[in-house]
Amino acid sequence: MTRHIEIRKNTYVDSVSLMSMSTKANAVEGVTQALLGMATPMNKEVLLNVGVSDPAVDAAKPSDLMIVIDASDDTIEAAIQAVDDILARKNKGSADAAEVRYRTLDGAFTEVTDANLVLISVNGAFAAREARKALNAGKHVMIFSDNVSLEDELALKTLAHDKGLLVMGPDCGTAIINGVGLAFANAVRRGSIGIVGASGTGSQELSVRIHDFGGGVSQLLGTGGRDLSAEIGGISMIDGIRALDADPETSVIVVVSKPPAEEVADKVLAVAGAASKPVIVNFLGSKRTESGHANVTMTSGTKPAALAAVLATGVDESTLDLHALNIPLIEEVRAKLAPEQKYVRGLFCGGTLCDEAMFAALDKYENVYSNIQKDPAYTIGATEPSREHTFLDMGDDDFTNGRPHPMIDPSMRLQRLAQEAEDPEVGVIAMDFIVGFGSHEDPVGVTIPAITAAKEKAAARGQHLEILGYVLGTDLDTPAVTEQVAMLEAAGVTISSSSTNLGLLAREFVAKGDNR
Amino acid sequence: MSVNDLFQTDLRPVNLGLDMFADDMKAQGVDPVLMDWTPPGGGDPEVIAALSRLEDPAVAERIDAANQVALDRILTAQPFLEGFGQAIDVVPGMTAKTILHAGPPIEFPRMSGPMKGAVTGALVFEGLAKDVDEAFELAASGEITFSPCHEHQSVGSMAGVTSASMWMHQVTNRTHGNTAYTNLSEQLSKILRFGANDQSVIDRLNWMRDVFGPVLSGAMALNTDGLDLRLMLSQALHMGDEAHNRNVAGTTLLIQALAPYILETDFTTKEKREVFDFVASSDYFSGPTWMVAAKAAMDAANGVEDSTIVTTMARNGVDFGIRVSGTGSQWFTGPAQQVIGPMFAGYTPEDSGLDMGDSAITETFGIGGFAMAAAPAIVALVGGTVDDAMGYSRTMNAITTGNNPNITIPALDFMGVPSGIDVRKVMETGILPIINTAIAHKDPGIGMIGAGITHPPVEAFQQALRALSDGIAA
Repeated sequence: MTRHIEIRKNTYVDSVSLMSMSTKANAVEGVTQALLGMATPMNKEVLLNVGVSDPAVDAAKPSDLMIVIDASDDTIEAAIQAVDDILARKNKGSADAAEVRYRTLDGAFTEVTDANLVLISVNGAFAAREARKALNAGKHVMIFSDNVSLEDELALKTLAHDKGLLVMGPDCGTAIINGVGLAFANAVRRGSIGIVGASGTGSQELSVRIHDFGGGVSQLLGTGGRDLSAEIGGISMIDGIRALDADPETSVIVVVSKPPAEEVADKVLAVAGAASKPVIVNFLGSKRTESGHANVTMTSGTKPAALAAVLATGVDESTLDLHALNIPLIEEVRAKLAPEQKYVRGLFCGGTLCDEAMFAALDKYENVYSNIQKDPAYTIGATEPSREHTFLDMGDDDFTNGRPHPMIDPSMRLQRLAQEAEDPEVGVIAMDFIVGFGSHEDPVGVTIPAITAAKEKAAARGQHLEILGYVLGTDLDTPAVTEQVAMLEAAGVTISSSSTNLGLLAREFVAKGDNR
Repeated sequence: MSVNDLFQTDLRPVNLGLDMFADDMKAQGVDPVLMDWTPPGGGDPEVIAALSRLEDPAVAERIDAANQVALDRILTAQPFLEGFGQAIDVVPGMTAKTILHAGPPIEFPRMSGPMKGAVTGALVFEGLAKDVDEAFELAASGEITFSPCHEHQSVGSMAGVTSASMWMHQVTNRTHGNTAYTNLSEQLSKILRFGANDQSVIDRLNWMRDVFGPVLSGAMALNTDGLDLRLMLSQALHMGDEAHNRNVAGTTLLIQALAPYILETDFTTKEKREVFDFVASSDYFSGPTWMVAAKAAMDAANGVEDSTIVTTMARNGVDFGIRVSGTGSQWFTGPAQQVIGPMFAGYTPEDSGLDMGDSAITETFGIGGFAMAAAPAIVALVGGTVDDAMGYSRTMNAITTGNNPNITIPALDFMGVPSGIDVRKVMETGILPIINTAIAHKDPGIGMIGAGITHPPVEAFQQALRALSDGIAA
């Protein structure tokens, strides 16, 4: 085994590109480990954690690129070359002579005077400053980057509010503005339903369900997950609701959020109540069922929210395929599971999808563990084994630290799937598959071998392992949701028609005795 | 544009970050504005904080006004060659035991190999030591005063070593009244300023002292009008020079202007012939002349309060130093970098000394690497294509304050050379100035082994920005 460490001075490659390059580099024959990263204190620590300590690494600066390759002695040269090629391709692309590229936002704004929105996905340490520049130049902003401080977020949102501008994020994964999907988004019909979402996959799910019910989306505004915290106070959410209220193309407004701070929930509901249009609210996991405002409807999940929105546009419910829970299917699966197969394991890419499934389980069971559980007694970390009912948001920071998001790179989820299949007490493994802009080009295809292996492992010990899948996407997405579903069905996976149903089916499949 | 106006307008997004998001936008029929972004300040949080302080609108306005003053001084400078004199007679602060050198201040023990070679050769040339060995002892003894050329209104190419009896260009900026100096070209290869110091080097220096300098001095004594170097430099760029690594046209123009006066001097035909032959022996004769012209312009721009314009970039083979108008004579340094480019047969990059010389004053002024597009004939020397050369010159617009309408590049539609490097813009864009330069062997006594391009270290600009922020935004 040979280790090759190289520091390239003043060479900047953005961190997400580097992660996807790392994924490719790790696939090079002979490579046991390849790490590419900018020499930030965090990345240096990542290296230390995997046992790489080197004076050259210590001396490297955040503007330097670090390359560490472990490979067998006889393949190291080829591996270095292969990694070089991966890096070179990227550099070539960005130097394409036909493309005009700007070095600074000021430079871009000077040349392109009709630019009206900036999508920022650079490292979070630098994102706030760029966002401030954009806002000061009168541009709307979507900040995909995470790791932006709370102080910066508050300052940016206050600035945007004062200027009448939209700031989506930080950590805003999805938006659809004027029919254009930004970052992670699905291809949905345009229509009259406006969405403001403090949760990325929750908003995606809403847009897809609305599309599925024959409705369409006017605008989908993201706010970032922290917007409804007490500190931020829902600035973007409130501005978003008001903007949609004033938008003639929007007739119904839907609000979705992971559990908000109570006082912020009150504030948001008050603004919704003052709106001139119906507002459908889905605060996931909230016990509120009444909004206190005639035009504001509280809903229990993303699917009920989407349905309520579509109905509020005047669609006749009897014309819709509601995809009701398939009761015979539940009975059929229960019959296949052995008495000891009591538990659900959820392996999720989408944070809100995980939340929704977890809350469905919590409505029925107490012993529900998760890395995003608020109750410390039921919280488990990324490296801990699952126990009883476990729902993992594998896109959360403790899983993705220094690694690509599972919507882009499935490898971690595949490993976890194999692990869960070892446990004879597991009856159902629930998984989401997210297609559309920004996502993996074939999330189902890369997972099928692991699914087959998991089922075989259970069969070998005489058990049936139920794999429950949900594909978030539309017939307009690439790949289309129908193709992905067909592949899953061929592999013996049971398909849920929505995020809401995924949670309900999973919990019902494993219900035993008194719980039925 | 309000949020509701945005809903009624075609989306024109700027994609700052992941290219895949731009690709998705294109797939949806939207034309995203693409960015080639790097973290400002080399990613240093302190530098980013300093940049942000300078972005305060009131502060930025003051800086912009100051930079305009400094830029105007650069653009309006009219450097005239007035004559030639020996360093001891003309250079401010020069003494018999002073050795001027390139770059920021450095003591003899820390000097690079080629600079030590040049210093010891100069001590032998001046008769202060009988041989190079004795010269090493003397140089280390503390008896010799070492001082940067730049602190004596001077510049020196490569090692920049300038001793008392060397002949100097005397160039006066007639707009602002300041004068600048530089010594004569020894031409190329095995010469003192590249660190060579054997008898052939000393013999040439003796001839330059006894014949070359006096002939040029005598010629210019007859030319009472002086030579307008800015005009000549402008012509040279139109003829295919960038006036740092390529000086073919400039040298021809300069000797053409001097020739009638040389002929009129009382020197022998043999001596005049030697001068013409020496000038013809390489194209570098006018190299120092453009450096001193640039120095005369840049000195006039120094010391403008609140200005963030770079007035000096210079290297001593160990440290790269810059000085900035608003901080006057203060040096900001970082490690000198490797020069990347082709080498003479038999040498490898391991043999090369680090970046050295005051010649980056040409880039500071806006020629040299900044004017690469004017000199397509040498792009191979700096390892690129003609497109690259055009790109270098255009890219420098991103870090400069304006363009020099007096010195233009025909191939870029007569764009003026980018002038007035702004420390803020360098830090903001992550684009470092590009420098065309020669490569000396890392050991004393060998000389030139190649040429290529290099950049200043980012550290020098980070230091400068912090100091500017402390001074201006305080």
